[in-house]
Amino acid sequence: MIKFIESIGYRTLSFFQEAGAVFIMVWRVFKYLSEVWRNRSLVFQQMLEIGVRSLPLVIFVGVFAGAVASVQTAYQLEGYISFNYLGAATSIAIFIELGPVLTALVAAGRVSASIAAEIGTMKVTEQIDALEALAIDPLRYLAMPRILSGFIMVPILTIFADFVGLLGAYFVAYLNLGLSPEIFFGSVKEFFTIMNVMSGLIKAFVFGGVTAIIGCHVGFGTEGGAEGVGKSTIRAFVLSSALILLNDYLLSVLLF
Amino acid sequence: MIEIVNLKKSFDEKIVLRNVNLKVYDGEKLVIIGRSGCGKSVLLKNILNLMQPDRGYILVDQVPIKKVSQRDLFYLRKQFGFLFQGSALFDSMTVAENIALPLVEHTDLSPKEIKIQVAEKLEMVGLPGIENLKPSELSGGMKKRVALARAIIMNPKYVLYDEPTTGLDPIMAANIDHLINELNDRLNVTSIIVTHDMQSVSRIADRVVMLHMGMIMFEGSVEELHTTDNPIVYQFVHAKMDGPIQPKPLKY
Ligand SMILES: Nc1ncnc2c1ncn2[C@@H]1O[C@H](COP(=O)(O)OP(=O)(O)OP(=O)(O)O)[C@@H](O)[C@H]1O
Ligand SMILES: [Mg+2]
Repeated sequence: MIKFIESIGYRTLSFFQEAGAVFIMVWRVFKYLSEVWRNRSLVFQQMLEIGVRSLPLVIFVGVFAGAVASVQTAYQLEGYISFNYLGAATSIAIFIELGPVLTALVAAGRVSASIAAEIGTMKVTEQIDALEALAIDPLRYLAMPRILSGFIMVPILTIFADFVGLLGAYFVAYLNLGLSPEIFFGSVKEFFTIMNVMSGLIKAFVFGGVTAIIGCHVGFGTEGGAEGVGKSTIRAFVLSSALILLNDYLLSVLLF
Repeated sequence: MIEIVNLKKSFDEKIVLRNVNLKVYDGEKLVIIGRSGCGKSVLLKNILNLMQPDRGYILVDQVPIKKVSQRDLFYLRKQFGFLFQGSALFDSMTVAENIALPLVEHTDLSPKEIKIQVAEKLEMVGLPGIENLKPSELSGGMKKRVALARAIIMNPKYVLYDEPTTGLDPIMAANIDHLINELNDRLNVTSIIVTHDMQSVSRIADRVVMLHMGMIMFEGSVEELHTTDNPIVYQFVHAKMDGPIQPKPLKY
């Protein structure tokens, strides 16, 4: 019994220790933001890697998420509310929830795992030590461009996801219910508020940052060869997915 | 001058460096020998503060490297070249980008000047014209030499070589030893060389120390190394199977 309590205490302690380490890392990365211009090529490269390379996957997920949302909403509206409002209901779901969360979850899989794997491999092959030995701070050289790109690119990806999601939703509405584009997009427009889109993008901003931060943190903590890199990859994915869903809840409470 | 004072380093329960005291004088070539796993690489990493000692301290030009701010630490590190035992080349970059990185990050040289310097250093390590290859396309010995080129690109005051000739053919090894001597003579570089290669030791060492059981257990010239009657050093230098050192390392 005492062992059990001890282990809880120990875990709580190591949790706070780790959270503290993350905050210190983020703070130090934050201070390097003043050097963004000097490091613009590194940042640009990561924006390509994180943003552009994720685009096909995000579009794929976006279209289908929109389509599913449309079908589901139609099912729920049926018999109560006119299908003329289908566009509005679906689009709000996409803007607030589906766009940012699905985009971020896809990004969590792809981005945080790949960041953790890349930095983790560099760690176990002494490349991080080599950077240090060359008087280059890995936090500036590796973490800052990745985290900044996470914050910026995931909202941009979300805009794409919102857009193609809406198209997917309409496509299904047209196939199933024969809704005309005027009615569907008319109702989208009628109930459209910039606030809905913005709150989705704020979520995406937070999720994107969290994803990249976790990827970097886990990557730098990697130990023990190829096996360690594999473990880090999984850990980054699990941690960032969990944090995205947790933050989604917290932000939803805060924003509405 | 580098001064290592009462250095102690352990990993969990395992004590690697028990109590190391060592001075490295400006302009000398100090060779560190010792059995595999005795902590030579750990000692080098401590000098650059890539690892922190548990106890004791290291002074680089009178500055305690463990205590300084990050800015000062980086300033000190810029005066060092470090050749990693495993080369530690950045595998996302080409050979040229690897070697050029310190110049790109720390100087205002133009791309053209950087290119010239990279080519010059590649020439020095006997690998001209391989700028555009990736590390994955190189042999182990080639990686080592590219890493050496990267270590000396900033014309450092101190160079720490972790097994510079391991994995090289005898002729190339002699060339690298010659290069180490050249850097020392011409640019007055202070060198610490970790090696298992006894021929290298004879070619380069001004002074030799042997690390054993976490302490410096021998110190002297190459001549003294070969004539000492210390049984451990004798067995090591002459590669004898019988003697105080047995294949299974003693419990640390
Ligand atoms: N990061 C680490 N974590 C745990 N133990 C370590 C670590 N680095 C080194 N060690 C241990 O420290 C000891 C010394 O390692 P080191 O790499 O310095 O040996 P070495 O003298 O350089 O050997 P070699 O000649 O084979 O390169 C080894 O027993 C190793 O297990
Ligand atoms: Mg070693």
